[in-house]
Amino acid sequence: MSTLEYASSGSVGVIGKEAGLPETGMKIELNGPAAAGKTVNRKSGGEASGTQKRLLSLLCFALIIGFWCAASYGHWVQEVFLPTPTAVLSRIVSMAKDGSLFAHCRESIARVMVGWIWSVIVALPMGMLMANSKRFSAFVQPIIEFARYLPVVALVPLTLLYLGIAESQKYTIIFLGTFFQLVLMVCDTVSEVDSNMINAARTLGAGRFQVYKSVIFPAALPGLMDDFRLTIGWAWTYLVVAEMVAASNGLGFMILRSQRYLATDTIFAGLILIGLIGLVTDWIFRILSRIVAPWQERLGDRK
Amino acid sequence: MSDAVKLSVRNLERVFGEGGSSVTALRDVNLEVRESEFVMIVGPSGCGKTTLINIIGGLDRQTSGEVLLDGKPIDGPGADRGMVFQGYSLFPWLTVRKNVEFGLRMKNVPPKEREEAAMRYIQLVGLEGFEDALPKQLSGGMKQRVAIARTLANEPEVLLMDEPFGALDAQTRVVMQELLAGIRRRTSATILFITHDIDEAVLLGDRVYVMSRRPGTVRDVLDVEIPGERGHNSLVLPEFLEVKKRIMDMLWKESSDAAMDR
Repeated sequence: MSTLEYASSGSVGVIGKEAGLPETGMKIELNGPAAAGKTVNRKSGGEASGTQKRLLSLLCFALIIGFWCAASYGHWVQEVFLPTPTAVLSRIVSMAKDGSLFAHCRESIARVMVGWIWSVIVALPMGMLMANSKRFSAFVQPIIEFARYLPVVALVPLTLLYLGIAESQKYTIIFLGTFFQLVLMVCDTVSEVDSNMINAARTLGAGRFQVYKSVIFPAALPGLMDDFRLTIGWAWTYLVVAEMVAASNGLGFMILRSQRYLATDTIFAGLILIGLIGLVTDWIFRILSRIVAPWQERLGDRK
Repeated sequence: MSDAVKLSVRNLERVFGEGGSSVTALRDVNLEVRESEFVMIVGPSGCGKTTLINIIGGLDRQTSGEVLLDGKPIDGPGADRGMVFQGYSLFPWLTVRKNVEFGLRMKNVPPKEREEAAMRYIQLVGLEGFEDALPKQLSGGMKQRVAIARTLANEPEVLLMDEPFGALDAQTRVVMQELLAGIRRRTSATILFITHDIDEAVLLGDRVYVMSRRPGTVRDVLDVEIPGERGHNSLVLPEFLEVKKRIMDMLWKESSDAAMDR
């Protein structure tokens, strides 16, 4: 078949996705021509139908809740350490009634969104540039690699010193927590765009900017959506860090304050809410991926 | 057919790497493609054919020598040298029609004109009715039809084809070869086509350049004169077999020489 293989476009070596950080879900490599057999599916496990999968997921939740019921109603554990599901539910209802629940959620969601969106705004063009310019990559990559190993928690004292307890301090924590990861993920995703497709566009008369706009960006979009979905999850982690240190509202603050009053029912309510918001975010991103990239070849497309 | 030289490659050399570990992929390659001519390059794996066509397409740079299109040296990739690749390289997020329109969109051709041109070329490759399909819904042969239409819609001066049918099964390949021969009769396109398949080279080409093993260079040029329309029936004509045998002898000598060197 084709003979000498060489990199005709200066693609940067692929940087592995963050080791040690959970990479959930599946990722199907884009645009692999069927001939090259590039369609890779990283999902493990055997075949299972949609309903089967859903039932299994529900079963897992049911088991945990069942265990929780047994442990709390059965008084295996003292109520001050493990509240009953009814206590947690009634706490959620009463907080919803007095409006504090909504206020805490709103604050937290706003903080996550602002911090994370800033991270996307900076990381997206930077990552794309890194993937396509060896010079720029050589310039910024070492510092990014260095910075992403700094635990964000270790940066909290500095952010407090510089920014006090203003909202900008929370945004900064979330930004620092997600940006350095995201920029490398974007670079990686963009590097994986099939160089043949870029070559085809160039021989069809596309200029450099047109290649970015009309080929690289759309081709990388499904992968970028995955990257966004993962980093917004981490953003929630860092939000709680930020809110536990210096805040007067938000779900993280609510959880921390409840600890002081031994209000475990409120702690549980906070945890459940954060989990639910996470699930909903994830679900929104999956739907969005389908909307922005309906062309993507997914597993199970061909029956 | 006019005799004007459309594309010429002169003393082309391509060396990969530097110093002791360098590899000469191409050495002293000379070739010409005249207007409306269908020129084939056939050679064994590793002879640098793909490197050669990539340099002509502007996707790679030569170490020395020059590539002239209408007498002017080329500079980087451009719409005047359309390329068709083995891996189709369609844009999976665009429909067949939008894929075919891509080059015209890059040139800011108005939408209406673009659409008309796209439909014309979609018809030319026999894909009427699939305008709104996405690439993932098409078979390999159909994808390559889209890629050919997409390149032709740009009306390039030269059509460069890098083993375009290499990934197709044998039957589909013959169908595509006949399709290309037909397109060529109707559009009088100038085509430079690379293959390692001798049958394909003789079947489609007006002239066949035979390349040697690395460092790749032109071993010989043969004119192909086969009576009648080119198609699967040509494969058994004595004229066809005669040229095929000459190329086979040449390439066989190549590989036995290479074996002796080891």
